[in-house]
Amino acid sequence: MKEVFILKHITTINKANLKASALKGGCGKCQSSCQSACKTSCTVANQKCESVK
Amino acid sequence: MIHKFKQLGYNIVLDVNSGAVHLPDDCAYDMLDFLDAPMTEEMPADLPGKLPGYSESEVRESYAELYQLYKDGALFAEDDYEKYSNTMVKSPVKSMCLNVAHDCNLRCEYCFAQTGDFGGERCIMTPETGKKAIDFLIERSGNREQLELDFFGGEPLMAWDTVVQTVEYARSIEKQHGKHFRFTITTNGLLLDDEKIDYINREMSNCVLSLDGRREVTDRIRRTLNGKSCFDVIVPKFQKLVQNRGDKDYYVRATFTRYNLDFTDDILAMRDMGFVQLSAEPVVTDPGEPYSIRQEDLPRVFSEYDRLCEVMANRTEDKFNFFHFMVDLNAGPCAIKRLRGCGCGNDYVAVEPHGDIYPCHQFVGIEQWKMGNLYDGTFNDDIKTYFSKVHVYSKEGCRNCWAKFFCSGGCNANSFLYEGDVKKPYKLACEMQKKRLECAIALAADRAVKGQETPVFTEAPASMG
Ligand code: SF4
Ligand code: SF4
Repeated sequence: MKEVFILKHITTINKANLKASALKGGCGKCQSSCQSACKTSCTVANQKCESVK
Repeated sequence: MIHKFKQLGYNIVLDVNSGAVHLPDDCAYDMLDFLDAPMTEEMPADLPGKLPGYSESEVRESYAELYQLYKDGALFAEDDYEKYSNTMVKSPVKSMCLNVAHDCNLRCEYCFAQTGDFGGERCIMTPETGKKAIDFLIERSGNREQLELDFFGGEPLMAWDTVVQTVEYARSIEKQHGKHFRFTITTNGLLLDDEKIDYINREMSNCVLSLDGRREVTDRIRRTLNGKSCFDVIVPKFQKLVQNRGDKDYYVRATFTRYNLDFTDDILAMRDMGFVQLSAEPVVTDPGEPYSIRQEDLPRVFSEYDRLCEVMANRTEDKFNFFHFMVDLNAGPCAIKRLRGCGCGNDYVAVEPHGDIYPCHQFVGIEQWKMGNLYDGTFNDDIKTYFSKVHVYSKEGCRNCWAKFFCSGGCNANSFLYEGDVKKPYKLACEMQKKRLECAIALAADRAVKGQETPVFTEAPASMG
């Protein structure tokens, strides 16, 4: 299971890691990600990062 | 910036700039309507008055928790990514769509390639051109080791000899150049036989199998040259391919149109055929076409996405992956990647049968976007520079859109074709994109709450994404 952080009124289901990812990101190794309908389009968000593999 | 919505019975809040996803109770959820950065440790005195349905202690506690998240950088985080977009430069070319056949053995009504010929003459790429494309990719890929090449068309199996010779050639020289090729293919399946299935399962790291779900839906729009059904020919071949594929990636992908806005049934039909990795894309076409999806269809499309989302959350057996609802909220790509998305015309290009180079398969045949040719060695750097600067901060409306780090500004080709400008997102696509993302985030939340594993995400073929 992924990290889930539970407070009394709010449950947080992931780490806020976007900023950290920018600092060490941009290596450019990840796959291209066409978002159109003619191929199977995706959002970049369902890609994997190649450097954490 | 935050985005709040309800889905699958959850109150969901996405903190756009940190990527955090919260599930607040009703009090905290409603309170967020009245809050913004900068938050103060002291609760604003008028807050309880704005939330008459909740006790003062509840309001106080909820505020304190929200403030904690704010201090931790997980709520109302600042957008400080523009500085990265300003430094974006041209990248090496690392992916290619190889249109090996501008011809097709089906006549699908909605085909963006205009029945396979891309509006030009029907033709097949020679093996020589395929090999030249490999040389081009190796030469232009700088220090990138992993190179992606998608065999596309038209129908690529109509150019099978070129496919095989191109793969063999790449394999024969990849090591000496310190590269590794990842091949993918998109096919309608008509020409599949045992030999091709084996070859695809051995050499292609992913393959996309086109089918529109239920028999009657598929047959209505995906017809053979003489108007016959293709369903019975194709399905057993796809089943065989998938059965023999082991744990390698594949997608069975459908296009849905105005004719089948109940496309959940098509997804389920494909699951019943034994396929697990599924996708269904809204058709993108001229709104004048009878099968087009128009603005007025959106409420129906949205309610169908809701239905599919619920089916997936409640299913305990025969589960499946739906490509558009897959999002990994913990280990997605870095923020830099998210600013620019597909990389068309920059790190991704398409090559057509004559060796002409375009920013991507959807720009093929549009003269003003032609980047060069493999045979005369031309490659237009201005177009590459232009696309390297196309990102969510240079596109109209994306900056203020909550979906920007998931969507990355949508499809440049669609923007050009339907809004007349690469930097002007195609509104209809934006609406559907945002709806799908809500479903995807809700499903991820549901899995987290239930303590379920994140499914293993199949990667998209290179250029297909
Ligand atoms: S998202 Fe659009 S512009 Fe980008 S590669 Fe795909 S079709 Fe081309
Ligand atoms: S949904 Fe539309 S406005 Fe939002 S980021 Fe995507 S393309 Fe831009």
